[in-house]
Parts: sequence; C-alpha cells; structure tokens
Amino acid sequence: MSKIDPLALAGAKSKGKRPYFLETDVERLTNIVLVLAQELAVVRERTDTMERLLEQSGVLTRQEIETFTPTKQQADERGAWTQEYLARVFRVLQQEREALQTQEASSEEVADELAKV
Amino acid sequence: MSSLVSDKPKAEPARAYDGPPDYRVVGQHGMYPQLSHDEISRFNFLAHMNRHLSTQIMPGVKEAFDARVEPKFVAKHGRGFKDRHEVRKALLKDSLFQWWSALRRATMETRQQAGRWVTLRQADQLNAKAKALTENDQRLKLNPELPLPRYVEAIDHHCMPGSYHTELAEGDVTGPCNYDIGIFATTGGMLGRYNDGGGQAIAAWVKETLPDLKPKRILDIGAGLGHNVLPIAQAFPDAEVVAIDVGAPMLRYGLARAKTMGVDNISFVQGDVSDLSDLADESFDMIHSCMFLHETSYASMPKIFAETHRLLKPGGIVFHVEQPQYTPEMPLFEQAMRDWDAFYNNEPFWTKMHEVDLDSWMVSAGFARDKLMHSGVAAVVDPDVFPQAAQDTKQEDYGRKAAWHVVGAVK
Repeated sequence: MSKIDPLALAGAKSKGKRPYFLETDVERLTNIVLVLAQELAVVRERTDTMERLLEQSGVLTRQEIETFTPTKQQADERGAWTQEYLARVFRVLQQEREALQTQEASSEEVADELAKV
Repeated sequence: MSSLVSDKPKAEPARAYDGPPDYRVVGQHGMYPQLSHDEISRFNFLAHMNRHLSTQIMPGVKEAFDARVEPKFVAKHGRGFKDRHEVRKALLKDSLFQWWSALRRATMETRQQAGRWVTLRQADQLNAKAKALTENDQRLKLNPELPLPRYVEAIDHHCMPGSYHTELAEGDVTGPCNYDIGIFATTGGMLGRYNDGGGQAIAAWVKETLPDLKPKRILDIGAGLGHNVLPIAQAFPDAEVVAIDVGAPMLRYGLARAKTMGVDNISFVQGDVSDLSDLADESFDMIHSCMFLHETSYASMPKIFAETHRLLKPGGIVFHVEQPQYTPEMPLFEQAMRDWDAFYNNEPFWTKMHEVDLDSWMVSAGFARDKLMHSGVAAVVDPDVFPQAAQDTKQEDYGRKAAWHVVGAVK
C-alpha cells in the first residue's frame, strides 16, 4: 500500500488564509453545491457514453430512449421511486412540520429531568 | 422498432458550439497518469465552468460596476476612484462580484482536488516511472540544500496545495503532474495539447523577430515543469537548453516528461534565479522567463535582471513574457479585475509586479534603453481542436487570457 492517502490529501488546503466573499455559511454551501453540480455532470457524461456505445453496438437507439413510454406499471414504479427520493431529500422539512404538532422537551431538558432525585 | 428511427437528417443544433474541446484531445505524453472516464468528465466540467464564469458571469461584474458600484461610490465620496484598490474594495461589497468571486475560488479549489485525486491515487506508479526515466541522468541537477525563496515558501501559488516544491514521498512528482493535467481545466483548453501554447508563441515570436538568431545556449528561468521551454528547445534543436527552477519535483517531472516527448536538449537544474553564480558570465545567447516574474519579489527582481545581464553574451537576447503592466492608460476597473488572482488566488506579488516600470528595472540592470523591446504574443495552438486566444473576442479573462506582453532587450 502506498504511504500517500489520496482521500486525505486530494482535498488538502493550499497555504495562505482563505478569502470569503459571501456569508461564510453561504459560501461553504456554494462550494458543496458546485461539487454536486460537477458530480452530476460526471454521471450525465457517463450515461451519454453508455447510450452512444449501446447504440453503436446495435443494442438500442437513442431515439428509442427519447420515445420510450413506460407501461402503467413501470410508470407507477418510477413514480414511487421519485416519491421515496423526495421524501429522503426533504426529510428535514417533514420533521419540521411534525414538530409543529407537538410540544416536546429537548434531550438536554430530559437529561436534567432524569437526573432529579 | 425501426419505425422509431428517423430517416430524416438530424435537426440542426439549437446553436453553434464554441466551447472547449473534450479533454481527450490533451496530449498523452509518457508521464501522463491514467484517467478514468469520471476523472476526465470532472476536467470537462471544470473547463466549462471556468469558461462560463469568464464569458457569462464576469461581464455582469462590469455591468454592475457601471450601473451601481461606481455611481454609489461617486455619490458617497463626491469624486471618482483614485486607484485600483479603491475599485476592488468597492467591488467587494457588490453581490455579483461576490458571487462571481466565490464561484471562481471554489472552481479553482475543486480543480485542485480533482487533479490531486488522479495523481495521488497512483503516486507510487508515477514516482517510479519518473525515477526510471531520470535516475543517473546528468541532465537532472538537484540541490537539496537550496534554501527556498520566501516568495515560494510564503504561500501556495494559485491555490495549488504544496506549490512547486513539496514532496509527499521520496522522488515525488505528483505535484507537477497535477499541475500539468489540470491546466486544460483552468484555461478552458486555451493552451493547447501540451499546455505549451505560450512556449509555441515565444518560439514563433523569436524566429520572426530575430530570424538570424542561432542560439547555442538558452536559459529558461522559473521553468516549472518545462511545458513552455519544450517548444523552444524543439525550435532550436541544436541549442543546449538549461531550465532552472526552485522546485525539485517540477524538474524531476520536467526531465521525465521531456524525454518521453523526444526532447533531449534540455537540462533541468535546481536553483534560485537571483543567484546563478554556478553559471559562467556571458554563457548564454538567449534567456527568457514565461509567466514567472509575477511569482517573485521586489527584492529578487533586480538580482534576476542583473543575473540575466551577466549571463548574456554581447548581442544575446533576454525577454520576459507576462500579462500587461498596469499603465495609467489601463482603466482602473481592468486593473482591479486583473488584481483578482493576486488577492484571491494566492498570487500575492502579481499586484506589485504589475505596477512597476519594467523598462527602468531592465536599464538599472545594465541594459541600454535603446536596446529594449516590447511586443505581444498570443497562444499558438492547433486551431482545428483548440480555441484560439488571438481570435477569442468573447472572453477577457483579466489576467488569465492566453495572450501576453513581451518585454526584453538585446545586450
């Protein structure tokens, strides 16, 4: 095994204090979103390569992809996947909404309560 | 099934494509690392991101400057801007400048991570390859005792972690390899197949300007990994070329890379170019630097100029390739934008170097004022594949455009 760990070192900071142009948290999030945008482009390009290779080898045509119409069952399966996906992504808002319905103590408050003799 | 396949000719694209080429046009010399499909896609994305920033977002900064930044300043102070620093500080409060800057910085850091991942995951193989190519080769002259100049030690230039000098392992070349493979992304492909558009331009300029020059010895100061000196060495195959840099990894990689590209007339020597006392007086016919002076300091520049004067044979030529100086004719907005890399991309001396009168410095070093020369060059690339800086009117990437000024002298 190499002594050099790419996971630890690829994203190393360059020497010199980093400037921030936006509110620090906003800029941090911007950096995260940029990388997600990059990785989406990476996946998109890979799919494009796959489609072109499949077309080249006669497995399918991209026209078939463009005009693909799912059956009722396929459409339901895909719809279900999308619902599940969105539920995962927006979990925090779901829980925010649930919290509106109740008055609950924080863990810290419960800890204090449980420590009472 | 076949009915779904249209027999009609393909529809015209919605618009003509004028972006960067696919990364795979980049030349695969023998020191090139392996790149996976996804790693190439990252560089494609980053090349597009940089071009988008310079062609679609940056023009908005000028529009915002004209529409609100300058009027607001004038209304508040009852006068216009007095220098580029006032302009920059006013821009820093504008949301469009802030967002453009945040994205530009983020893109640079993302590019570094993308390239470092590629080279670090195969560090052992790359370092072994470089070792096999350079071991016992007299053209690699390293000096581990050489003190690092403050201008290299103080900050990692262009946010490149480890800069030109850091070795993560013995015989490390991952730093320069990362630099090499990512230039495409930073420039949107403007520097050509081997990132040598600058060197190609210099070689063409020298041949055109001094058709009778037949240099026997050529010195490149601040050569880095040698990507710009290769075309010069190829243009003068009978010349003995010496490429000096302070970073051992750069030189090691540079020699290995040059050898795999069949260029054999360059020595890669570790040295601080403000003191080249190992080299004899009047021993070079041509001395040059390419995008190097802005990474030095006021303390070292006079010494560098003096050394070039001492090392040059009478009748020899010295020249430095840089972005244009900040002259009074250059609008303050443009100066402030050109300063971006100085303050926000770890190129601190950029702002200071660009404000001096280089002619006077050359004269102080001993060159005759009537022997000074000035010119402009633009990257020379394969126009069938790469965007051409000289023809590119769409983007003015303040300080990053692949077109430069030349200041030089004949001794």
